[in-house]
Order: sequence, then C-alpha cells, then structure tokens
Amino acid sequence: MTAIHILKDRENQIHETGKAPFNMACDKHSLSGSVSQRACVFCGSRVVLYPIADAVHLVHGPIGCAAYTWDIRGALSSGPELHRLSFSTDLREKDVIFGGEEKLYRTLTALIDTYSPKAAFVYSTCIVGIIGDDVEAVLRRVQKEKNIPVLAVHSEGFKGTKKDGYRAACEALFKLIGKGDASAVGKYAINILGEFNIGGEAWIIKNYYRKMGIDVVSVMTGDGRVEEVMKSHGAKLNVVQCSGSMTHLAKMMEEKYGIPYIRVSYFGIEDMSKALYDVAEFFSDNSHILEKTKTMVKEEVEAVYPELLSIRKALSGKKGAIYVGGAFKAFSLIKALKMIGMDVVLVGSQTGSEEDYAILKDMCDDGTVIVDDANPLELSKYIIEKKADLFIGGVKERPIAYKMGIGFCDHNHERKTPLAGYEGMLNFAREVYYTVTSPVWQFAPRNVVN
Amino acid sequence: MKTNSDSNEIGIKNACKLCTPLGASLAFKGIKGAIPFLHGSQGCATYIRRYLISHYKEPMDIASSNFSEETAVFGGGANLKLGLSNITKQYEPVLIGVATTCLSETIGDDVPMFLDEYKKYDDGGQKSHLVHVSTASYRGTHRNGYNDAVKATVASLLNKVGKTVTDERQVNLFPGMVSPKDIRYLKEILSDFNLRFIVLPDYSETLDGGLWSEYQKIPDGGTDVSDILKMGNSSLSIEFGRILANEDSAGKFLESTFDVPCKSMGLPVGVKETDIFFKSLEGLAGMDTPEKYQGERARLIDSYVDGHKYVAGKKAFVFGDEELVVGLASFLSEIGIKPVLCATGGQSGLLKKKIMEVNPLFSEPDCIVSEGIDFVGIMDFAKMLKPDILLGSSKGYHIAREMELPLVRVGFPIHDRVGGSRVSHLGYRGAQELFDRIANALIETKQASSDVGYSYI
Repeated sequence: MTAIHILKDRENQIHETGKAPFNMACDKHSLSGSVSQRACVFCGSRVVLYPIADAVHLVHGPIGCAAYTWDIRGALSSGPELHRLSFSTDLREKDVIFGGEEKLYRTLTALIDTYSPKAAFVYSTCIVGIIGDDVEAVLRRVQKEKNIPVLAVHSEGFKGTKKDGYRAACEALFKLIGKGDASAVGKYAINILGEFNIGGEAWIIKNYYRKMGIDVVSVMTGDGRVEEVMKSHGAKLNVVQCSGSMTHLAKMMEEKYGIPYIRVSYFGIEDMSKALYDVAEFFSDNSHILEKTKTMVKEEVEAVYPELLSIRKALSGKKGAIYVGGAFKAFSLIKALKMIGMDVVLVGSQTGSEEDYAILKDMCDDGTVIVDDANPLELSKYIIEKKADLFIGGVKERPIAYKMGIGFCDHNHERKTPLAGYEGMLNFAREVYYTVTSPVWQFAPRNVVN
Repeated sequence: MKTNSDSNEIGIKNACKLCTPLGASLAFKGIKGAIPFLHGSQGCATYIRRYLISHYKEPMDIASSNFSEETAVFGGGANLKLGLSNITKQYEPVLIGVATTCLSETIGDDVPMFLDEYKKYDDGGQKSHLVHVSTASYRGTHRNGYNDAVKATVASLLNKVGKTVTDERQVNLFPGMVSPKDIRYLKEILSDFNLRFIVLPDYSETLDGGLWSEYQKIPDGGTDVSDILKMGNSSLSIEFGRILANEDSAGKFLESTFDVPCKSMGLPVGVKETDIFFKSLEGLAGMDTPEKYQGERARLIDSYVDGHKYVAGKKAFVFGDEELVVGLASFLSEIGIKPVLCATGGQSGLLKKKIMEVNPLFSEPDCIVSEGIDFVGIMDFAKMLKPDILLGSSKGYHIAREMELPLVRVGFPIHDRVGGSRVSHLGYRGAQELFDRIANALIETKQASSDVGYSYI
C-alpha cells in the first residue's frame, strides 16, 4: 500500500484519542500546499447570506466566484427566489487597471431596477481590495438613489479563513437588524440563527416551535426575508443552530438589544429534543409551552422510532467517519450515528475551536482520530486504516469514499434532503442504511476476496 | 488570448462561462503524475475542485498556495515555495502545474522567478517538472485557461529537449476540452490507423476510472511526460478548434520551434467535420479509413435518413464553449435542425465567422450568434425565438424548465445527471449518440404533448 505521510506542520492538528495527551492545534490559516478542504473568506460570507431570497447578491470581482456559487445549494424559499440567481460585475483586465467602481455602480443599479429587491449585498472578492475600489462609497450612493439597504460584505478571499467570512456576513446582517418595526412581535418569540432551510429544514423546525406556541420572527438566513431580519431585534431569544457561523451575530445582538442566546443543534433525536426543551425552559413562565413540547416530542419520536430501531439492527457495529464544516454539527452526528448503532472512527471539521475539539475528544471512544482542517490524503489514510463503512461529508469528500468502496452521506449545503428534525433523522438513517448496505460494494476491490 | 472584444460595460447574470484557472486545472489533470496548483486564495482551488467533482465524480486534488493578507502585501513567493515543497512531500508528483489567479496576477507576482529560485534552492531533490501558466481570471474564459495550460506544458518541457529525429508515423493530438469518453475514442481511432500518437491532455482515465484497491494519491493515467518530451519529433500536430486555429497554441509552438506542421481543424462533431479529421489521418498513415469507422459512418448516415423527419425544421439553441458551439452548429446544419441561437460567454470575437464557415445555410437574422452572453440573456432570446430544443450544459436547465423544452446535455458542466464523463460528442460514434439523443428528445416531447398518447411512432 502506498504510504501516506502526514506533513510535519500538520501533525499537531491530528489526534488519536487515548494515544497521547490531548493538545490539538486549530484556528490556523491553512498550510500552503496542503490541499485543504476549506474554502475562503468569500465562501464563508456567501454561505451565510445566500438564502436571503428577496435580496440581490452581487459578487464584485472576476467571474469565477459568482459562477461557482450559482444555485448550488438546497436552500429553499417559500416565495421570491432571487438568491438562486448569480450576479457578477465580471471584472475584466480593463477594470482591473482603471478600477471597477463605475462598473459596480452600473451593474448594481441595473439589477435593482430589474429585480426590485428589498436589499442588496455586495461581496468584495480578492482583487477588489488590491485595485483599491471604494466599494462603500459606491454603495452609499446607490443606497441613497434607490432607497433600499445596500450592504458591503468584506469578503476578500485571502483576508483570513472561512470563519472571517462568517463574521463579515454577520456584520452585514447586523446593519439590517433594528431597521424594522418590531412592535408587533409577541412575548414568546425567537429568532433562529444559522439555519439555512436546506431541503426545507427551517420549515420543519418552525413548525415544531409553532406547535409549542412559539413565534419565529426571523430565520437567519433560511427562507430569509429582509423585512424579517430588520425586525428580528424584537425577539426574546436567539437560538443558534450553526454556532460556528452565527454566534458572532448572537453576541452582537445580545450586547445591543439584550437578547440572550442559546446554542442548539437540530440533528438527531437527542439534540433536536434538547433544542425544543431548552426554548420551552427559557419561556418557563408559561407552563403550557413545556406541556405542548412534551406532547409533541413524544408524538414525533414515536412516529420515527420503530423504523430507526430496525435500521439500527442492520447497521449495528458498522463504522462511520465524519468530516464537516463546523464542529457543532459533528457533535450531533456522533450522537446520531451512535443512535443507529454505528461507531465513530474519524471525526473532524474545517473550522472547529480548541473548546470544540476538547468536547469531541470526550465524546469519542479511544482510537478515534480527530482532525482539524484535514486534506484528502489524511482523510483517505484514516478511513482506510480505520476500516470505515461510511463517510459523512460534502461533495469534496464523496469521491474519496467512493473510490475506496465506502458508503457516503452528504451532510453539506448542496444536499436536497432535509436531515434536521425528527423526520430529518429518519431521512438521515435511511440514507446511511441505503448507502452502507448497497449491493454495489460487493464489487469494490477491498471486498473482493481473491 | 486577449482580444479587443474582451470587455463589457455591465456585469453578468448567470454566467455562461467559467474562469481560466478551472480550465488550466482540468488540462493538468490529463498529465500523468501531475497535480494542479493554484497560486492564490484557498477558495479558488476549493470551488474549482467542487465544480469539477460534481461533473466528473472523481477525486480532484488541486493544491493552493493559500494567500493570507501578509502574502497579498509582501508577495506570494514564500507561500508558493512552501506550497510546492509540501505538495511534493505529500504527492511526489512528476509535474506540478502552477496556474496563477486574479489575485496573484494583480499583485504582480513574478512566478517564473519564484519557480527558478525554488528549483535552485528548495526542491529537496524531487526534481518535479514545474509548469507555469498565467491564468488571470479577468482575462478570457476556462477555454483559454485550458489551451494556455496545454501550450505552457509543451513550451516549458520541450524548451530543454527539443527535436531529436522526425518520426514519420508519430502524430500529436490536442483535442481541446472534450469528455474522457471522447478522448478514449480518439485514442482508439489513432491506434486503428497504426499511428504512434501523443494526446495532450489525456484525462480519459484520471477523470473516469474504476474503484481502487489502494489509495492513489494521483490517479493513474494521463499523458506521460516522457511522451510529451517527444512531441517535437512528430511529423504532424492536429489541434481541434476552429477558434483555436486563430490563437496561439501548443501546436503552433511546435510548428514554429521544431518545424512540426500543425493542422488546425474544427472539433470533429458530425459527418463533415469528422471527415476532415479522418482524411488527415488517411494522409498521414497512408491507408484508408479502417472498415470499422466506415461502418460507423455508414450507419450514422443511415440513421440521419431514418430520423430526418423527426428533426426537420426544428429550431435549436446551442450554448457553451465556443469550440463545441461551432461543432454542434455544423452538425445540426447537416441534419436539418436550425441553430437559431449560437451563444457563448466567451468573447473571442471569432464565433460568427467560424459558424459561417461550417454552416452553409447561415443567414442572419435566422441564426443569431451571441458572444459574451449570460443565461439571463439566453432566456430572453428563448422567449423571443421559441426554440424546440436546447443543446448545452446543465446550466441551461432553468430555461428548459421554464420554457418546457427538452435539454440535451452536452459539454461541461453536467451537474444534474450521472455520466458527464461519458457523453460522446466526437467522431461518427459521437455524432450517432448525439443524433439519437436529439431525435429521441424531440420524439419524446411530441409524445408527451400529444393528447392521443401514441405508443407507435
């Protein structure tokens, strides 16, 4: 077998539980030449703001950044679908030499005239900072002329990591918050942060809260609307799902508007239920909410449990590997895999913090490999060594699994199936079951006995 | 290549083109033991990887020098060298294809100088071949990046070796951005003419291979560097692409530097363009087209006749890379379909001229040729011209859905179907598949829209 070497500079970002004292390096800029699975600052911003469906999203730069993010996600909208279009200033050499401000102005005003959006987000890509465009000045001018919020997203690809992109997106959102009238927002109202309505997940979750008697003012940003974001300061609690991307916004809202926040996850039975009970607990002045929550959780769990148990029987003892963007999702996935009888042999994330990795370590059995900002070679090495039967990741991880004859579950933003909530857990379990037990693996070289 | 028409006054909506580094990365994937390396931000490599994986469904490792703010201020030299050293340690590549990005180009990095320094001081004895191609994404499209990477590979490798002899039976083939299945077919044809051949690039296996028994850092297959080094000895280069014919290219480099004649011809799509290709091979090999291909050609024409009424007079939109658009326009005009819109996001300034060359029935305004267009623009044309069928990448699906039109998926990318690697476009066999798919799509549309529900057509 071809030996796969781990680069020396990467060794302290990989840990095998039970082997050495835990001392995980993370939160680092990716190593040059390491083929990181991460993207860039722009990606972080784009991914957070993308689902706002009644805003124009204009990418200021050459064509690539806009082309590669055109309608690639399963983020659904119940109304307008401006987010599924891809707008670019398509900068050319001439613009790079003479500056892109005028072209930005012309493009943005034309888009606003054509589509009548409720707001516009303008993403700066790598070269915008270099050629010195005064984007803010252009946007102020357009905002004044068109009378809608026009927000700069400072997402030059090289100015940090994907996490800095999340931050830039949060800051753009924060500028919108408070601009609307929140007087009609009720007493039992929350915002959901970091939920992107992939395959309709936000609708599933909102429905649960509605059944509990809780109003959702704004989901940021799944099925997102500018007006809802603008009045989201009226909510009494921020419920943060994808904490890596949106905790920054929750903290800013806490500071300015005094809205407390909790971190939750909607993946898996255990975490889903906790996410509902935690909200019920917050509104403990109204005992009806807790009662309704109990009834609903019982009903929902009963609806999916029998099938989950039969899947568990089939998958018992199979091994899973997890490599996802945020560590908080990894926590839930470990629990979800355990629930369907599977052991976790590898877990990692692109953007986990030191605290996240310490939690992961405590959640995993000895011999589990934990990785931060991994690359294809490292991931391949460990899924083979640890004899994984399943790999959970995104599009970039999929061929790694398939080439080695290993099942795969897409848990990234491109997927079209909801995996959140109780019904999402069932979808997840079914998907894992079908991929792990597929008859196609009988032909994979690793399973062919000569 | 930059042309005067390569500019626009306003941005675009839903691009009908991709950026140059994507094309360069794809070309480098067709060289044995090679790894593409993008000198810029991490996102460029990651986005391009994902975009290519979604089409080819194969591992797509592309390295990045991963710029930080300091890199952008002080220059990318140190990052590039560290990246090359790390990629070498991990992948032990035979060749590293270093393509720049808009960022490294704009800050003015002198990449050739960095590579020279790296080779002198830093390369740790690995002696990987380093190929540099300038691919600023604000100049040209993925097609340019692809062709420029092929040219840079040939020019930089042969710089050192050159010509030793002339091998009368050896031919170079530069197929352009075609599918892995197309490349496999081209190699089969060249073998059947008993020619020695060097096809560059050749991702027929690297991007369309089987499962692995052990992990391959760089998938097997691709054009061997030792073969590329012999390209100067060939008696002929064939390059596909009527647009490329007017541009700088690997074939023209070999012609001007090593006197290897370069024959430019259109992508062999349909009978006429394929005949030109086979005629050239007959001349070179000194033999008639093997019976196998004569049979393919005969069956193809037989099917044209059998099916001509299903396609007659239909109006088609063709969109995507310029070369494929030209090829498809030629093919459609020989089966009786009118290519009423030939559209591309590229701006070579040559598309209309080339379509006139291949389509004797071309007349404006019955056929509109549009360069620098986006999918919103194509949609506007669709509402106006009401075509019967669309031919192009899966990015035309929005139009197909809204206008309730069949879309025959060809070229790149195909993100909403399996088998993007296995779409045939070229030669008699490719035309056969295209003809059957187009005729059947039109029949299916007719069937589905009929109240009667004929099961016998």
